[in-house]
Amino acid sequence: MSLLSKIKETLICFKAGRVTLPYPRETRPVPPRFRGRPVFDAAKCVGCGGCASNCPAREILMVDLCQEVRVVKYIGRRCTYCGRCADVCPEKAITMSKEFETATNEIHDIQQELELFMGTCQRCGRCFTDAGPLDQLKMKGYRFDELDKDRWVYRSAGYLEKEAAVRDIEIEMD
Amino acid sequence: MSILQNLCQQLFKRSLWVYHANSGGCNGCDIEVLNVLTPYYDVERFGIKLVGSPRHADVMLCQGPAMRSTGKALRRAYEAMPAPKLVFAIGSCACGGGIWHDTYSVLGPVEKILPVSYYIPGCPPRPEAIIYGVAVALGVVDKKSAPVKFKQMELAIPRYHPEDLKEENGMVVYQKCEKI
Repeated sequence: MSLLSKIKETLICFKAGRVTLPYPRETRPVPPRFRGRPVFDAAKCVGCGGCASNCPAREILMVDLCQEVRVVKYIGRRCTYCGRCADVCPEKAITMSKEFETATNEIHDIQQELELFMGTCQRCGRCFTDAGPLDQLKMKGYRFDELDKDRWVYRSAGYLEKEAAVRDIEIEMD
Repeated sequence: MSILQNLCQQLFKRSLWVYHANSGGCNGCDIEVLNVLTPYYDVERFGIKLVGSPRHADVMLCQGPAMRSTGKALRRAYEAMPAPKLVFAIGSCACGGGIWHDTYSVLGPVEKILPVSYYIPGCPPRPEAIIYGVAVALGVVDKKSAPVKFKQMELAIPRYHPEDLKEENGMVVYQKCEKI
């Protein structure tokens, strides 16, 4: 009886055929909606910084070298390939590629860096007044990426402190 | 003894025994690593085998960031491994600290407590990507990624280069437009 069941089991096993994918020799195409490494197209990028302020992992940094030159730096170490940067980009300069074979021994290999010229006023070069430190935090498409200045980032909790609000109402009532 | 040692080194040149350590990840990378060991991506044909103890292992697969609570245990597991050892950081948590890299309980990437030899980014990386990372470590294939740096040398706005403007069908066309 047990021998019969063993034979039956063997037959079932043979019926399944071979399921192992021949990965290293031939690659299978990835699923159509797969998001791989984001690729930055420097010809299309206008340096607005929307990707930097939308990146949940804070892996896209904007550094202004001077008035005219802006550096867009994608570090990609903790990038989760969420595709928000590609979603928000107004010029479609960021595309999520199908690339997934990004394993390296050097973590800097997945960095991308764009050095872009930024337009300035043709008359004076700096027509826009400098925003104050508080205004800079509220500006869209711009963010301080130094983590030690993180504590200056505006948080909504500051407005929700109970006592302060109560006191404000009291002052108003007076 | 040395003859046996040499024979073993020749025979088991490419058989890696991996130890799988999660120090506070979300289990996504764990599932992908287990997926690699299933019959679909059968890595035992390359001699890669999952072992339960770090003392038997050649390679440590790290998932999850270095955390305040598990960092010490991870370090002890690394020190328990015998000498020629590799550490793979799998997933964006192990490579760079993950989304919660700046919270109080997360120390950062695993390279803060272990010397990491290979990085496999992704959240989670595909099983193919993990096999590829192992193949890079074995020297079977070359790594494909390299840092990209783009530097604009010329202002992309055509009106700054009037010498490159020409007339075409009643319109002003910038000659170098494709080249930028």
